[in-house]
Amino acid sequence: MKIHEYQGKELLKKFGVTVPRGIPCFSVDEAVKAAETLGGKVWVVKAQIHAGGRGKGGGVKVAKSMDEVKTYAGQILGMQLKTHQTGPAGQKVNRLLVEEGADIKKEYYVAALTDRATQKVAMMASSEGGMDIEEVAHKTPEKIIKVFVDPAVGLTDAQANELANGIGVPAGSLAQAVDTLKKLYTCYMETDASLAEINPLILEGDGGIRALDAKFNFDSNALYRHPEIVAYRDLDEEDADEVEASKFDLAYISLDGNIGCLVNGAGLAMATMDTIKLFGAEPANFLDVGGGATTEKVTEAFKIMLKNPKVKGSLVNIFGGIMKCDTIANGVVTAARETHLAVPLVVRMKGTNEDLGKKILAESGLPIITADSMAEAATKIVAAVK
Amino acid sequence: MSIFINKDTKVITQGITGKTGQFHTEKCQEYANGKNCFVAGVNPKKAGESIFDIPIFASVKEAKAQTGATVSVIYVPPAGAADAIWEACEADLDLAICITEGIPVRDMLVVRNKMKAKEAAGGKKTLLLGPNCPGLITPDEIKIGIMPGHIHRKGRIGVVSRSGTLTYEAVGQLTEIGLGQSSAVGIGGDPINGLKHIDVMRAFNDDPETDAVIMIGEIGGPDEAEAAVWCKANMKKPIVGFIAGVTAPAGKRMGHAGALISGGADTADAKLAIMEECGFTVTRNPSEMAKLLKALLK
Repeated sequence: MKIHEYQGKELLKKFGVTVPRGIPCFSVDEAVKAAETLGGKVWVVKAQIHAGGRGKGGGVKVAKSMDEVKTYAGQILGMQLKTHQTGPAGQKVNRLLVEEGADIKKEYYVAALTDRATQKVAMMASSEGGMDIEEVAHKTPEKIIKVFVDPAVGLTDAQANELANGIGVPAGSLAQAVDTLKKLYTCYMETDASLAEINPLILEGDGGIRALDAKFNFDSNALYRHPEIVAYRDLDEEDADEVEASKFDLAYISLDGNIGCLVNGAGLAMATMDTIKLFGAEPANFLDVGGGATTEKVTEAFKIMLKNPKVKGSLVNIFGGIMKCDTIANGVVTAARETHLAVPLVVRMKGTNEDLGKKILAESGLPIITADSMAEAATKIVAAVK
Repeated sequence: MSIFINKDTKVITQGITGKTGQFHTEKCQEYANGKNCFVAGVNPKKAGESIFDIPIFASVKEAKAQTGATVSVIYVPPAGAADAIWEACEADLDLAICITEGIPVRDMLVVRNKMKAKEAAGGKKTLLLGPNCPGLITPDEIKIGIMPGHIHRKGRIGVVSRSGTLTYEAVGQLTEIGLGQSSAVGIGGDPINGLKHIDVMRAFNDDPETDAVIMIGEIGGPDEAEAAVWCKANMKKPIVGFIAGVTAPAGKRMGHAGALISGGADTADAKLAIMEECGFTVTRNPSEMAKLLKALLK
């Protein structure tokens, strides 16, 4: 689960990291009031969406007067902000963060994430802050320093010093940089984050260190123990169909193709999508109904899949283990009737009660095409939509 | 022979009294030699009772002491599952198989580092399979986990995969064309897990009753590439490889917590290329995994 920058800064502040003073706003009036409350002569008006690259897309502006605050807030609020992470349609801006200006002397990059290979927490730092870190990793990998932290020990002083020295923090600011890194690590662990990134972390003219941005991602398996993080969830930033699916405990992701698919198991679902592509079409979604789905769950999944107007045909692929094929068949038949199925449907079923499932489909009187293998199913659905 | 488990393996079930634990323990008991293999359950509140004629003990340590079991299977719900893994490790079992899906990553990080520290200090190494996995099976001998037993046949092909249903798919194809399996292993879809592809490939390589292997992976993480490089230098048996997720968009979690493309080296295409370079027979068509393998045997 992702959160907004201003929420991330709230978290960082709670863990003792210095952040600029700022106020989240939902209207131009609020933005002007926020700037007045903050005082000073320079403010930053920042679009709050979950995607990165907001500055390049015109979603971050520096205002030097109240009039500019008003103008920029008006421009940014409600705009479709397009960045390399939003896709071509962009993301509508509903929230702003108005912040005091910062005296930037140098920009750094710091982040915490879980490293699968070492099974430790990787703390990364770079002297090349403010840039796209993937580009830095690609062009100048030597400019990214990493240390691996054993959660039983925590980030040691020696490791934090290695990072801070490695990115060239001046001696006078070293202690605060080390302290910031340790607080970032603690924040990462205690909130069950899967990514915590500050880019840029800045060195100010007076030698202070502060976080000018904050990007967080959280482990959804651990949200049950973090109601304070769940409260940050912004459903406007998520795909409506994905949100609807999550209510039924279904894993759904919408894609760009026109073949809907409904599969049990994540690996098999991806394999089914790949097979559709291999035979000349593109999948419209990823949809995993899980191992222990009921007739009701399959019915809901089917409805979500067909809600997508791009879907010109659909493929159901089930390997019945614990989940029996007749359960799936009943769900498919019920859903096909309820939704007045108007697109071709191919069903491939294998495993437990396979024959019973096929019989239910055949006797339903619905125009369901059956197949024995994934390849056959894909061939048939691709032919049916052409 | 087979890898990790056989008909003489004695198994403790952690979480035997829960709904999932009960359901699958009964199925495992019914499979092949299961009645003799599943010898103990653990639940501190129900010690002294029994379920399906299986005695329940207060701890894994006691269950091991009383029954001589060396393997455990874990169905404990996510919030307590990492502690259950650690309990199996502290009891010095040979292998713990964690079926539980949805364990917080931080809990797995902590328990994996504790396990490694114990080994480093000279303690006994307990292998971990999973979490978030279907378990493993040696057909006609023993099944530990949630896979449908009836699709398997005894034979000489090894199967290893992160995904449950994709493992069943490979097994189903093999059985359909008359090729049985020595063992089928699901290593699980979580980012922080125990046995990896490389560990299972090593075991299949050493197993005199395995002739060839189907290795299935998916997007995300470095494991398949690491296994491929090892196989190039060491593996004496033919391998068919498939990676799921060619069509997966970057940055989205595809059901499995571990199935997320984050860099560039962990895409399906990148993994398929490395596997091919390392001598695997790779396919982009998951319907022909068994057929390709059969051709390699001739």
